[in-house]
Amino acid sequence: MYDSGKIIAGLVVFGCVVTSPIWYNALTGKTGYIPEPKIVTQEKKCIEPKEYIRTKHKDLLKDWRESVVRDGMRTYIASDKKRYTMSLTRTCMKCHSNKLDEFCLRCHNYLGVRNNCWDCHAYPKGI
Amino acid sequence: MGIDRRGLLKAAGLSLLGLTAGPAWYVLSRAKLPEHPPQPGMLAEKKWGMVIDLNKCWREDGCRDCIDACHSVHNVPHLGNPKDEIKWIWTARYERVFPEHEHEFGQEALSDRPVPVLCNQCDNPPCIKYCPTRATWRREDGIVMMDYHRCIGCRYCMAGCPYGSRSFNWKNPRPFIKKVNFDFPTRTKGVVEKCNFCQERLVHGLLPACVEACKEKALVFGDLSDPNSEVREILRSHKAIRRQPELGTKPKVFYVV
Repeated sequence: MYDSGKIIAGLVVFGCVVTSPIWYNALTGKTGYIPEPKIVTQEKKCIEPKEYIRTKHKDLLKDWRESVVRDGMRTYIASDKKRYTMSLTRTCMKCHSNKLDEFCLRCHNYLGVRNNCWDCHAYPKGI
Repeated sequence: MGIDRRGLLKAAGLSLLGLTAGPAWYVLSRAKLPEHPPQPGMLAEKKWGMVIDLNKCWREDGCRDCIDACHSVHNVPHLGNPKDEIKWIWTARYERVFPEHEHEFGQEALSDRPVPVLCNQCDNPPCIKYCPTRATWRREDGIVMMDYHRCIGCRYCMAGCPYGSRSFNWKNPRPFIKKVNFDFPTRTKGVVEKCNFCQERLVHGLLPACVEACKEKALVFGDLSDPNSEVREILRSHKAIRRQPELGTKPKVFYVV
C-alpha cells in the first residue's frame, strides 16, 4: 500500500474531528449525567405504566392525533380500562404543565430531539 | 489479501442484509397500541348542513357577530393586510356571491348587500381531489376536514376551491391573535386553513360558534339526513339557493333570499 503512513494518520485526525463533539461533551460533563424529568402533580399514576410511556409516548401521541383528527374519536381507553380524553393540552398537560424546562425538554434537549408540537398547540401558562 | 470477486460479493451482500436487520427488528417488535372501539353517535350518522336566511341577516347593518365569534373560537389571526388575510367566515357582496343571479336590471339595493360566506362543506368537494398528502378530506358526516399536521402548504386546494374559502398562512399567525383559545390549536406558517363546521364543538354537543352568536337566528344548523330537522323544514318551506350549483360541488350551505 502506498503512503500508508499518511493515510492512517489522516484517518486518525478525521476520526478525532468527527467525534470531537462527543469528547467535548464527555469532558465538560454536559452528557455525563442522566436527565431527570420532574413531575409536579397530585395524580398518583400516569394513564399507562411508566415503562410503556417512557418508550412509547411518541407512538401514543401519534395514535391520539390520528384518532382525533382523522377518525373523530376522542376517548382513549387505557390498559386498565379507564377512559381519558385524547388531548395533549388538556390531558397530558394537566399533570405535566411544567413542560418547558422541567419535563419534556429535559430529555428532549439531552437527546437533541426537537419537535414542533408547541408551534400550534397552545396552553395557558401555569395550568 | 486473498479475497476474490465472489468472496467480496458475498461479504458485501451479507453486510447489506445486516444493515436491514435493525430497522426490521424495530418494525416487527413494536408493541401493539391499545385499540379504540368506535363510539356510537359520532360520525357517519349525520350529514351536517346550514341554512342562512339573508332577510334575517340583513336586519342589522354592519353586524359582525358570527365572524367575531368564529374567529375568536378558532384562533384566527387578524393580520390587518388584505393580502395575507385569514378568514373562516366573512361577508362578500351579493353580486359576487351569486353572480348567476345578477343581471344589469336587478335591484340595486340587493347587489351591494353583504352576504355571509364560509366553506360550503361541499358534498363533492373539488379541493380534496388536489391535495397530494390527503391533508384535507371529506369525513363520513360530510364535513370537509383539514389535518394541519399533514398540510405541506402547496395551496393546490386553494386553487381547486371555486369559492375562495381557504386561506394560507404566509407568516406565523401566533403574534396576531389577540386572545388565544386554548381549546383549539393555532396554526403555523405554511399551512392552509378554513372553516371546519365547528367539528370540535359538535362532538361536545354544541352548535357552531357562528350559529350560536347570531342574535337574529339567521344561521340555522342541523342534520340534512333527518327529515324532521329544522334545516330540512326550512328547505321544504322556503326557496333556498346554493352558490354556483352549476359546478356540481353540491354545497351544504344554503341561502334563503
